[in-house]
Amino acid sequence: MSEEIFYKSVSELDAMLDAKQISASELATAYIERTKAVDDKVGAFLSYDESSTMASAKASDERRSKGEKLSALDGIPVGLKDVIAVRGQKLTCASKMLENYVSPYTGTAARKLQEAGAVFWGRLNMDEFAMGSSCENSAFVKTRNPWDLERIPGGSSGGSAAAVAAGECVVSLGSDTGGSIRQPASLCGIVGVKPTYGLVSRFGLAAFASSLDQIGPFARNITDASILLKTIAGYDNLDSTSININIPDYSAGLRKDSLKGKTLGVPKEYFGEGVDAEVRKSVEDAIALCKSLGAEVKEISLPHTDLAIPVYYIIATAEASSNLARYDGVRYTHRSKDADDVLSLYFKSRAEGFGEEVKRRIILGSYVLSSGYYDAYYLRAQKVRTLIRKDFEDAFQSVDAIITPTSPTTAFKIGEKTDDPLAMYLSDICTINVNLAGLPGISLPCGFTQAGLPIGVQLIGKAFGEAELLSMAYAYEQEAGLFNKHPNL
Amino acid sequence: MLETMLLFCDCFLIMSDKTIDIDYVAKLARIELTDEERVKYSAQLEQILDYFKKLSAVDVEGVEPSAHAHSIYNVWREDVPTAGMSIDDALLNAPAKRENQIVVPKVVDDA
Amino acid sequence: MEYEAVIGLETHVQLKTNSKMFTSVAYKFAEAPNTLTDPVVWALPGVLPVLNYSAIRKTIELGLMLGCEIPEITKWDRKNYFYPDSPKNYQLSQYDQPLCLGGGVEIEMEGANGSEMGAHRIVKLTRIHLEEDVGKLTHCAHDSLVDYNRAGTPLMEIVSEPDMHSADEVFAYLTSLKNTISFAGLSDCDMEKGQMRCDVNVSLRPKGSDKLGVKVEMKNINSTSNVRNCINYEIKRQKECLETGTPIVQETRRWDAVLGITQSMRNKEDAHDYRYFPEPDLMPVKISKELLDSIKANLIEMPFDRQRRYMSDYSLPYSVTSVMCHDRQLCEYFEKSLKAYDKNPKATANMLVNDLLRELSASSDEETQDDLVSSFDADAEKPVENKRRLDDSCLLTPENLAGLVKIIDDGAISKQIAKEVFVEMFNTGKTAEAIVEEKGLKQNSDSNELEAFCQAAIDANPKAVGEYKAGNEKAINALIGPVMKASKGKANPGMLLGILKKLIK
Repeated sequence: MSEEIFYKSVSELDAMLDAKQISASELATAYIERTKAVDDKVGAFLSYDESSTMASAKASDERRSKGEKLSALDGIPVGLKDVIAVRGQKLTCASKMLENYVSPYTGTAARKLQEAGAVFWGRLNMDEFAMGSSCENSAFVKTRNPWDLERIPGGSSGGSAAAVAAGECVVSLGSDTGGSIRQPASLCGIVGVKPTYGLVSRFGLAAFASSLDQIGPFARNITDASILLKTIAGYDNLDSTSININIPDYSAGLRKDSLKGKTLGVPKEYFGEGVDAEVRKSVEDAIALCKSLGAEVKEISLPHTDLAIPVYYIIATAEASSNLARYDGVRYTHRSKDADDVLSLYFKSRAEGFGEEVKRRIILGSYVLSSGYYDAYYLRAQKVRTLIRKDFEDAFQSVDAIITPTSPTTAFKIGEKTDDPLAMYLSDICTINVNLAGLPGISLPCGFTQAGLPIGVQLIGKAFGEAELLSMAYAYEQEAGLFNKHPNL
Repeated sequence: MLETMLLFCDCFLIMSDKTIDIDYVAKLARIELTDEERVKYSAQLEQILDYFKKLSAVDVEGVEPSAHAHSIYNVWREDVPTAGMSIDDALLNAPAKRENQIVVPKVVDDA
Repeated sequence: MEYEAVIGLETHVQLKTNSKMFTSVAYKFAEAPNTLTDPVVWALPGVLPVLNYSAIRKTIELGLMLGCEIPEITKWDRKNYFYPDSPKNYQLSQYDQPLCLGGGVEIEMEGANGSEMGAHRIVKLTRIHLEEDVGKLTHCAHDSLVDYNRAGTPLMEIVSEPDMHSADEVFAYLTSLKNTISFAGLSDCDMEKGQMRCDVNVSLRPKGSDKLGVKVEMKNINSTSNVRNCINYEIKRQKECLETGTPIVQETRRWDAVLGITQSMRNKEDAHDYRYFPEPDLMPVKISKELLDSIKANLIEMPFDRQRRYMSDYSLPYSVTSVMCHDRQLCEYFEKSLKAYDKNPKATANMLVNDLLRELSASSDEETQDDLVSSFDADAEKPVENKRRLDDSCLLTPENLAGLVKIIDDGAISKQIAKEVFVEMFNTGKTAEAIVEEKGLKQNSDSNELEAFCQAAIDANPKAVGEYKAGNEKAINALIGPVMKASKGKANPGMLLGILKKLIK
């Protein structure tokens, strides 16, 4: 099969399946072979289950042959970040703690995909428990950036981004707590969407930081991302933080002229010192292109931006320290063989099961919540979070979307920042505010460095303004025409 | 329980000078650390906490804390029971089980 | 020196809901281990809690009954600590914004004797909050087993002020709390089933002082008699400490029911650093005036109010009301009976408290014989108190009971016969009339027939007749027995004396 098939879009494949030019089984086989051919290099997959994938594909073929297609995704291979629960599949969170864990239930987003006929293909690599920006914190595999195998794919959903960029699945799901979808999408040259907090159910997503986590799609273009988002979005009575609103048909609403008459805010705080010259240039070009498409561009200020890193790392680690307490060696995780009482069972199982970054964050989170420090750190961070939310509310009084770089830099070399956690934390500066404010953010390709590394631009929208935001991104994408470039593997 | 509530006092001053008691926090978190990890984490966390200091300069007088991204209320369900999980599913990943229960080392009152 | 004990209670009460507090799986007592669980109960990766509306409503209901303030906003927090019975290693509880604040529990101390009402007063409450229960540990020889059936069951924590001073007051407090909660149907409060448990805080101070002494906490005491014994022991122990100058340590002690003593538990260094923070997975709850009004509109009458009403409106004796007003079913039965026939509340109440309770207890004894083996759990669970309660299975309806009271009042049957009729009604569910008719038990008021019985008795007892004639009025009573016997108990006793006297003259 020609390489071309691996870079077809959902709508193209749906049309081919409808026209019987290919069957879902053939498509699945092609992707399985593709993965086997390139994943030694890319390392996007933690595990896969060929037989269940083939069984799903076969079921899809039967539906389509009877004219009972469930959706455009029926028969399309979709990869899942290994943090999303599917009954009978492994769910390791890239941690030794859950190395052998098999989920006995299916979460809501995955269930909705199943109900749409999607064929699950693979459990994708990530930073352990979604903590990291480079995918280097996986306990099992190093994922490489398909555009430069010496470099990181970004994180934490690095496997999900790399797999889509490398044509190992058509689209995939990741999760985004502080940029974990948008940053790897940017670094791998694809589209990644972090939905408004509450748009997609978190039921079935192993929690990192509950008030920040969202599941979202990776795709090679805005249309595919829209189809996938529409499928997984919507109120869920198993997630008390999901919001009951009507979900429009995002892909049907995409317009090439949607930037016309729109006001884009350019926050000066996002174009400061830490931003690479090539990244800045590329994003400025993107802004200019939007202007040429009829958008009005306006400089704005989000004055509390530089506080986002401490606020984020206090809130996220505090919540994580509690969320990860359940991984204790008692009920379903790794259990230390050296424990002779319950206390040492906890201490040793957790010492053996968690990796370095996870331990660091649990300890930091326990500290900021501990007696005597709560007010100074946690409570204060929550108050500043309110100020950050307000910055965006104020900005959206006068703009329709905010445009920024997704990441201040392009993909760095593997190992470059592993010994400097603070430097790693600082690289999240463009994305974490969006999580703190609970807003939707999209990263989409806007160019390449001279060395050929992808650069991403981020569009931030109003809460639950995904339809409008995706349409603006679509207008830019169609004009920029970058979606046909793929890495050489 | 009530006396812990009283510990919730304002203590911004503590933030600036105190160093992190890594052993106390690791114990709260139930993670055994090697000597090497203790030294490494202490230094890294000091650096991170130092960076966090910029928060103390912000005027948060009268600002409500955000525990959530959105302010909504009253998300609940009606009291209708549903079927639970089978024992096999429940114990699928159990590291040690007996008589359909999880086995742990003998618990003395204050684990 | 004389000392005064100062006692506060934290009482945990399992709410009677159909499903658990934060997930929809059901809870029942004494089911096979780990059969009442779901992914949320096990705290599997990816699960989330959802509030049970009914549990919130029921807690507000109790709060309103106890005169608590219900703040407009309430929220849940995580209380972080590691323990194998706690699947998430944090408990969802309420820290600084509980559902109910303040309020109080009316208690009654024991009276001078069973027929006299004791002194009443209000024990002040601090708060009531709503949290989740943990699983159950069973300790074996070399290890422990964990069953998560109970984990996640809704649990109200009712926190009193340090406002009690003796074990008797605490007993009265628990009794009243139990009555109120079970009257409202919020919980059965069965301590043996763990539906009600308490932590007791005891300190001593010189009488007259208003400073609190060093507080000692006793955890998870599971029966009222243990609570009483534990407090009495602890007061004695602390008094000895004070008298001998031994310092009292602020600590948690365990009540050993077998040895009858409290023992110090190993000190937990970090036990009190629970790192509470607002639960990000749950949204806060805003309680509307409409919700409060709708709960208020359906509040039950407080048991003590009901008792006072029965005493004043129906002139019932204290001893009868104190039995009745511990049991909502009995009270409702009583009021239903009165609806059918309200001329003799006292007789109705007496019949309930004496005859009905006697028959219920007799029938439960029979059942116990059969069920004994199967109803006992093999392990630590204590056997359940097996007194049969008044419920729908009782064949004797309140209306039928009213019918019985009425025909006695009408003179249709004697009180003697009534006892027999009652038992028959209890066993068959038939009306009093039907039984009287069927068995021909109607009181005999046929004067001709009665005269014949009387004459026969006079003829057979010349000695008694002679004594009566000689002026011993009481001697005539000796004739009543034979007449009743001859009439098979149906002779109308009101008519007998007149006939006898007439015939002897």
